Formats: sequence, structure tokens, C-alpha cells
Amino acid sequence: MSKKDIDDATGIETTGHEWDGLKELNNPLPRWWLYILYATIIWAIGYMILYPSIPLINQGWPGVLGWSSRGDVAQELDGVAESRKAFDARIAALSFDEIRADPALFNYAQRSGASAFKLVCSQCHGSGAVGDQELGYPNLNDDAWLWGGTMDAIYHTISHGVRNGVDPAARNSVMPAYGTLGILTAAQIADTAHHVLSLSGLDHDGAAAARGTDIYMTQCAACHGPDGAGNPILGAPRLSDALWLYGASHAQVVAQISNPRLGVMPPWAERFDEATRKKLAIYVHQLGGGQ
Amino acid sequence: MSVSSKDKPVAQYEVEAVNRGKAPKLYKGREPIYPRRVSGRFRTLKWWIMGVTLAIYYITPWLRWDRGPYAPDQLVLVDLAGRRFFMGPIEIWPQEFFYVAGLLIMAGIGLFLVTSAVGRAWCGYACPQTVWTDLFIWVERLVIGDRNTRIKLDNQPWSLKKARLKGTVHGIWLIIAVATGGAWIFYFADAPTLLAQFIRGDAPMAAYVTVAILTFTTYTLGGLMREQVCTYMCPWPRIQAAMMDEHSLTVTYNDWRGEPRGRHRKREGADTLGDCIDCNACVAVCPAGIDIRDGQQLPCITCALCIDACDDVMDKIGKRRGLIGYATLKDYAQNTARAKTEGLDVARSAQVLPGWRQVFRPRVFLYFGLWGAIGLAMLFAVTTRDRLDLSVAHDRNPRFVQLSDGSIRNGYTVKILNMRAEPRTFDFGLVGLPGGEMWAPGINDEPARRFAVPVAPDTVREFRVFVRAEPDGLERVPKPFTFRTFEIGGREQSETAAVFEAPTP
Repeated sequence: MSKKDIDDATGIETTGHEWDGLKELNNPLPRWWLYILYATIIWAIGYMILYPSIPLINQGWPGVLGWSSRGDVAQELDGVAESRKAFDARIAALSFDEIRADPALFNYAQRSGASAFKLVCSQCHGSGAVGDQELGYPNLNDDAWLWGGTMDAIYHTISHGVRNGVDPAARNSVMPAYGTLGILTAAQIADTAHHVLSLSGLDHDGAAAARGTDIYMTQCAACHGPDGAGNPILGAPRLSDALWLYGASHAQVVAQISNPRLGVMPPWAERFDEATRKKLAIYVHQLGGGQ
Repeated sequence: MSVSSKDKPVAQYEVEAVNRGKAPKLYKGREPIYPRRVSGRFRTLKWWIMGVTLAIYYITPWLRWDRGPYAPDQLVLVDLAGRRFFMGPIEIWPQEFFYVAGLLIMAGIGLFLVTSAVGRAWCGYACPQTVWTDLFIWVERLVIGDRNTRIKLDNQPWSLKKARLKGTVHGIWLIIAVATGGAWIFYFADAPTLLAQFIRGDAPMAAYVTVAILTFTTYTLGGLMREQVCTYMCPWPRIQAAMMDEHSLTVTYNDWRGEPRGRHRKREGADTLGDCIDCNACVAVCPAGIDIRDGQQLPCITCALCIDACDDVMDKIGKRRGLIGYATLKDYAQNTARAKTEGLDVARSAQVLPGWRQVFRPRVFLYFGLWGAIGLAMLFAVTTRDRLDLSVAHDRNPRFVQLSDGSIRNGYTVKILNMRAEPRTFDFGLVGLPGGEMWAPGINDEPARRFAVPVAPDTVREFRVFVRAEPDGLERVPKPFTFRTFEIGGREQSETAAVFEAPTP
């Protein structure tokens, strides 16, 4: 590289680099370009001082401003919580009818209730609130309600729970274990089960059902009603509909009469404030089956 | 053994002193340019274009357009917070943003079109960098004076007078720069409201930051950087180099009639000189600081001021105009050839000048066709589009719910988009699904096949719909059907396919 390579067309020296006959001219850079480089360096130094940057031995340099992305998130969450305060205060103060009359508040209650539901209710009732047939968690989407499907009734159930032995105001009722306690014989239970199936028109043995009618009337009708309409005050399910929490086969009905499974739910008044429980009640109510 | 020292081979070294002190400079500072005042056809045209483009920019946000009581009345409004873009009678929702993409494509092809028809006219006449630089130079001239006065002032040592003049210039530049940034923000909010807020000091921070940034860029780029932007920063001159062909119009120094140039017209041998009297008027007026007589070059923005300057000189010395003028490479070659074969006088009087034939050529037609087709397609789409849309999402969990009477219920989240700035009521109905009925809590609580849904102006109404049907009545599972909505008392309608899910029998 002893000879300077001068470009013919411009008379400017080239850098000597060549690509497919194209040569790079060695023009000076504009000076402001250099200044921008210096400016970016100064900027970088300032940035490193102000913001977390240099890894040190135990932890990184936190920066003079003390900024962190976690701090940002915390601040945003605080902001969200702050913005919800006014809504929640109104929900706690108003009745369900008053909340329903305010579309914006009602909408907020539904959305906020949905997230609370996902947090603590979905473990048993499922994220879609469909419950679990095997485990006996009721579906909250349908129109059958063991303890009543109005907002107030749902609110009470959520607040105090079911048969938990903790909250005196909990929903409470007991169905005798007709089989295990020897109240009825196996044959009587089988007959009664046929009668129960006949109430909703399911397949059953007519003769057995007829034999079971008397037993049903004496043993079951007090709570479930003579025609199987159920009683939400006692949490006695309706037996004349198409929904069966513990199964609709003869064997499943027999098992339920012999040694009943009784649902349990914790009281949420301890865990959640009034507004959250109201929002949960509103959310569950609007799933489709609310009365 | 007696070898004379003469015979000894002397080593020669291929070496060059590293620190010779003549190494090429790595950096070059900007040398100030003092464009001289000029008048002529192109200067007049440029004044007009400057006036019109600046007027469009500053006035547009203040123009009103009545859209009724439910929409803003600003002619052009980019409502970022509300996610709406208003332009006259056209309102664009976020999902219709492809119209804006179409406009950008048209702008791109429009640049190609202009370049192939009239060369770098964008750079020379309409580019904001050119327009604002022109405005800033005009301010300099108004406050200090023309080229020579400005050079003289810059060479003077600092004095009160110099400080006053310089301060005035930079002050006016800053005012223009603030106004430039100020005008920009009015496109994004109601202009009169924002102006009042801005002055009171309670406008959004984004407004102040935007004005500050645009003030900085306008002042720096228009006042201090100027031609540096075109020469070093802008990609467009590079792209245009690839778009030029032998039919492209470009500002050309016709050296076939100019050379050899010479000032001394009364000296002996002056009759062998060309038309160029080397007065450097073309260099003095050039805002890019180049000599057009060096030929086509990248920094030239084809502002045509050198044409005006040279025409003026040609008039004075009684020569035909057009020593510097718009020409295509083809014309230039033709003129050059004629000058060689038939002599300068013939060539000069028969000089081929550009005309409409540069514009009417296949390439221009192609670009224009493409540009126009996109424009027409967009116009058609925007005038015939529906301002009603329906979107339905089936519940994912649960897919269906069995009810106590044995029927099946499905849940849907429905959105009706009323994209007109007036309240409208839509009929929302089920099509298909025999025996099916539906209800929407809060809108229509009684099961029905159809019901009316009022939707507020220019909004999306989202609501839940429950559809119930007997599982025995379904021919298959899942059963397809349709949700249909139409404007009551209007012609717009929209429908969406949906399915009804049920347990497989």
C-alpha cells in the first residue's frame, strides 16, 4: 500500500477497498457526526450513573435514581388498586339492586369478580365454574341452586360457606345415611332410588318405584318435597330435574341414599372483604343461572 | 576481492513515512453557505409552493368539519387516545388502519411517479427540509441582508450590533421552530382546546415534549444543519440515484455551449470562449453550496435557483437562456453531438429543451397507473364500506351448560360495532337453529328469536348472549347457525357464523 489510489471520476483518494469494481472513497466524515458520537458517549455515562448498569460483586449498581422495573410494576399495581378503591367502596355500600342499576359499576363488579373467582373458587368449581361431577362440586353455570340462586343467597353462601363447622351462619343440613346407619334395608333403598328416578322421568323399574313411593313419602319428602321439587332453605336438591350432582344412574342414586356425600365449602367472610364477596356473588349470578 | 562500492547492490525500501503530516483529514467541519438572493421563474414557483405547503401545515388543524354532536368537529384529527382517525367525511377505526397503510404506499409510489416525471422535484420544492431551510434563509436575509452583508457580518469581530442581528435571526428561527412543533400537536387533539390548555400550562406532558423535540429538530435541521441533512442524512438522494434514467429531468450545466468558460470577453481570443462568463452566479445562489458546472452530483437538490441566476445573466449579456437548465441526459447528449458536428451557434439556437415528452413515457404511465389504481381501489373501499360490524365469540369454558329442564344452553360474547357518529338501534337475531331462543341479560331478558340492541354512537357494544335449544332438535353436534344484525330503518347488515355445542349423544 505505498501508492495512493485516486478515483478517476472524483479525484478523491479511495480507501483501497473494492467490491466488484466499486471502490470506497476516503471522504472525511462531517464533524457533527463526531460530535454525535461524543454525545452518545456522554449520554451513556449519564445513563450508567442514573440507572442500574454495572454488575458489582454482591449486586448490580442500582443507579442514582433508584429505578427498577419491579418498582415500576409495584407502582402501577398501586395505581390500579387506588383506582379500584372508589368502585369497591360503592359496591360495599350499595345493595345488589343499586349496583345492577349502574352499568359501569355492574360491569366492573363482574370483571373484578371473575378475577377473584379464578383466584380462589376455581380450585374446586373449575375456571369455567362448571364444577366437577366426580368430586361433587356443583356447576355454577346452570339454573339449579342448592342454596338459592339470587344474588343475596349466593352472597350468603360465599360469605359463610357450607357445612364447614366453623361459621355458625354457614349453610347447614344433614341427610341421614340410610344404608350405613341401617335405617333402610338395601332392597328398600333400591326401591326408593327407582322412585327418585321416576320423578324426572328417567329409566326406572315401575314396580320397584311403586314400592319405593311410600318410603320416599315418609323418609325423603320432608326435605325434597313430595314431588321432588327440593328445598333451597335446607339445601335439599331438586330431584325432578335433569341435573344430578352425584350422578343419575340407579347405582349412583343408591349410593347417595345409603351413605350420602354432603358438600362442604369454607366461609369466605374471613378471607375477603364485603366488596369482593359481593363481586363474586355478582359474577356467579351472571354466569347464566342466576335467579 | 576488490569489489568497488559502486557495484554493491543498494537496498531499496517500499516504505512511506507514517507520520508524513499529509494524512487525509478524517473529519470536516461544515462550511457556512450564504445563498444570494435570486429572482426568476423557479424562485417564484418556489415561493408559491412554500406558501401553500406551510399554509396547509399550519392551517389544517384549525379547519372544522361538522360530524354532528357525537364526534369531534376537526377536519383532520388523529385521536390516539380514542383510537380514531378523522379526515373530512372519513373516519377510520383501528382495524381499518390498512387505509392509512394504503395512503403511505400511495405516498411512496407518488415519490417514484414524481421522480420519473420531473426528477428530484420533491427535494427541490416540496420537502419540508427544503421549505423550512428556505424560510430560515429568508429570515436571515430579512434581518441581516443578502449574501455579501451576511459574509461581512460573520467575519466581523463580535459587537453589539452583530449580537443584536444574530440574536434576532436566531430568535425568529426559534419562534418558527416552536410554531412548527406547536402546529404538529394540534393534529392529535382538538386544536382550540389544546391551545388554551397549552398556554395555561395544563396540556398533557406529551404535547410539551413533542413541541420541544420538534422545536429542537426544526431549529437544528433548518437553521444549523441545512444541506448537511440532504447530503449526509437523507436516504432519498441515494434511492433516487437508482431511479434516474436517461429521460429523467435534472438540472444540467450545458457545457457544450458554456465551455471554455472565461470572464474576459474583450480580450483577444474571446470569440473562442463559450457562453459561460464564469460569473459564479450559479454558485452564489446555491443553497447546497455546490457548483452545478461540475456536473450532476448527489448534494444537488435540483431547486433550480441556479437556472434563475444563470438565465438572468444570459439575458444581460444577450445570449439565449438555458446555459443552465432542466435537461435529460438524452437531450444533453443530442445537444452535445450537434454542437460538435454543426457548431455552437446552430446547436445553441436548436437547443433541445425538455417538454411534455419527458412526462409522457411508459414508466411514468406505469407508476401513475399503479398509484391511481390503489387510490381508486381505496376510494371505492372507503365509500362502500359498512359502518356496522358484528363479532361473536363462543364461550370456551364451559362450551355448553345443561339446564334443569334438560335443554342445552350456550353462551356467546357479542360485539356490535356502530361505526357511525350517531346512535343506532340494530335488530339482532338468530338464523337457523330450529327451536333455539336467546336472551341477553340487561338488553332482553325474555327468550326470543330476535331483539333490538341500541348502540351508542361510534362505539362497540359488547354483551353476553345465551342461546338455549333442545338437544333432541339438533340434527348434528355442533350445530352451525348464524347471528344476523341489521340497522332498524337502515340498509346496513352484518352476519356471523356460529355453532351451537351440545353433549354428543
